[in-house]
Amino acid sequence: MRILVTGLSTFWGGHIARVLEQIDDVEVIVGVDTHDPGLPLERTEFVRTEETYGILQRIVEAAQIDTIVHTHLIVDSSQASAKKINETNVIGTMNLLAAAGAATSPVRKVVVKSSTLVYGSNDKDPNMFRESAKRSTGPVSPVERSLLEAEAYLKDFATDNPHVFVSLLRFSNVLGDDLSTPLARMLRMRVVPEVFGFDPRLQFTHQDDVLSALLFAATSGRPGIFNVAGDGLLPWSEVCEIVGKRRIALPPSGTETMLRYAQPLGIRIPHETIRLLKYGRGVDNSLFKRAGFRYSYTSAGAVDAYAKGQRLRSTIGATQPVYRYERDVEAFFRHSPAVVRTHQRS
Amino acid sequence: MADQRKTGSTRSKKMARDVPATATPVEDLAEIVADAATANTQALVRINQPELGDADAPPAFGVRTTDIDHWGRSEKARRLAGNLYEPFYKYYFRVDLEGLEHIPTEGGALLVSNHSAAIPSDGPAIMHGIETELGRPVYGLAEYLFRRMPVIGTAWSRLGGVTAHPDNAYRLLREEGQLALVFPEGTKGTSKNFRDRYRVARFGRGGFIEVAMRAGAPIIPVAVVGAEESMPVLWQSKRLAKMMNLPYVPITANHLVFGPLLGTFMYFPAKFRIRFLPPVEFDVEPDLPRYSRSVLMEYSERVRRSIQDALYDMLSERKSVWFG
Repeated sequence: MRILVTGLSTFWGGHIARVLEQIDDVEVIVGVDTHDPGLPLERTEFVRTEETYGILQRIVEAAQIDTIVHTHLIVDSSQASAKKINETNVIGTMNLLAAAGAATSPVRKVVVKSSTLVYGSNDKDPNMFRESAKRSTGPVSPVERSLLEAEAYLKDFATDNPHVFVSLLRFSNVLGDDLSTPLARMLRMRVVPEVFGFDPRLQFTHQDDVLSALLFAATSGRPGIFNVAGDGLLPWSEVCEIVGKRRIALPPSGTETMLRYAQPLGIRIPHETIRLLKYGRGVDNSLFKRAGFRYSYTSAGAVDAYAKGQRLRSTIGATQPVYRYERDVEAFFRHSPAVVRTHQRS
Repeated sequence: MADQRKTGSTRSKKMARDVPATATPVEDLAEIVADAATANTQALVRINQPELGDADAPPAFGVRTTDIDHWGRSEKARRLAGNLYEPFYKYYFRVDLEGLEHIPTEGGALLVSNHSAAIPSDGPAIMHGIETELGRPVYGLAEYLFRRMPVIGTAWSRLGGVTAHPDNAYRLLREEGQLALVFPEGTKGTSKNFRDRYRVARFGRGGFIEVAMRAGAPIIPVAVVGAEESMPVLWQSKRLAKMMNLPYVPITANHLVFGPLLGTFMYFPAKFRIRFLPPVEFDVEPDLPRYSRSVLMEYSERVRRSIQDALYDMLSERKSVWFG
């Protein structure tokens, strides 16, 4: 397999590349991003691109890429401006798919990491969304809108390119030790916000299961849309209890306005997360399980693992050493004839 | 269920304008899915978690600290509320149940009942009755409106309330084999004035029949006598309802007797009789992509008719509103 990973410098891009490096069937891994990679990588080739991936078609053809793992979709609207989200998610995906769908393109498989944000969070929602379910209202934030549009492009791509396996994975709230997601950030606060009178039920995915799921989709070749989320739904109050945090109630109406004024204080809770704190969201994960995927964590297991990680960290501090990408050093280890390579391939 | 769609339509229309044409989740792809897994992919997946070893090991479960299920229901909360409600059930409303033998002891079934009283008193009575007599949980399907209300919405879901969404009903009946209770009249039943008592209103658009058909579950019609008199609606303000974003704001006889505050929550001690009617089974395949509208409406009317007839029958036997 010759794999292209988008968003190599993001948490997911870096980690999935690392996992792919350990698989012998994977001959080539090319990673693209606008920034330097944040993880030490052994044999992944890094190419710097602009965020809309204009150069991608050349890379795909030159490296004879057969599988694309598209991890670079922003799913947290507090991380970037609406414009950046649109450029990355919509225009980026569009260009990526244009490159993958070109007449001479060698691409045979596309795996996309999307989010259950596409279902929204609403009082009229079903308790658990199936992959075919429609959301109850229109998108409430730029990030939701951009994900819906990116998925629509993917649908067009799948229709136009029936010879390409397309797997769209929609991940629910992810928790992990090194990962910054809106809910994880809230759980790290001294007191955790909740909306007065609401106790939404949420579903969690452990970060290991995210990587397993991406790898599973990239290597096993099941086309389709899949929800990825641990079994079971937990009320937010119970999540806070497991993590061992007290809660502070936000007013049930005018919550958004109040939080806008709290932004300068460093409290940044994206709009879609406030909806989540009111109405929660559950997804049906049975389809992905039937396709053969086995989870390592249930929802409660993911929260428990997160709580343990946080407790450990509060005592011994950050466990991961800080890595700094040096182009010359990386080039030396990859290409210099002086280096004796263990992963040498003919 | 259909009511819910109706009341939601104005809102969703307003939202629909903001949605770009491309903004619907992708659906078709989901259908192109094969099942059955290959063993070697399992081995690959485990690569980043070598310490797990066995690919078929159960996932890490963590520790739950509450008994709240994925519907938000807690048996502990349910028991607590049941103990508080029991005296009202037994000595205040003096609920009589008939035809309990029609309720299956296992597997899914949809209970369909007439609906009345400004704050409906029939739902709790039916749920409590079945749970104490048969020991089976009942999930009450109701307007999504509850979910929007702080505190009330949470309490409602702890006690077994579920939003009346067709997907929820299907999951309860088909995949979990539970009893679900639905009031197809919706707010048309509870907001009707006292002079219209025991006239069963239109049954939505037959959505509940379609769900039962898809789930392959029988429908058990339920006729409730007594709830109408427990909180009769005398007059209602459309303007207030619109201002407060509620389906109706009534003045009830209870307000006149108990005062505006207590009267909002205090029922009259009407004698309750609940009759479960023989199940309505469907001779159609479950899980079909669609069912004929005319068949749905025919069944819907048949169920409505059977409840209406049972009500007339029970009312003709009733000598007193308060003593039965």
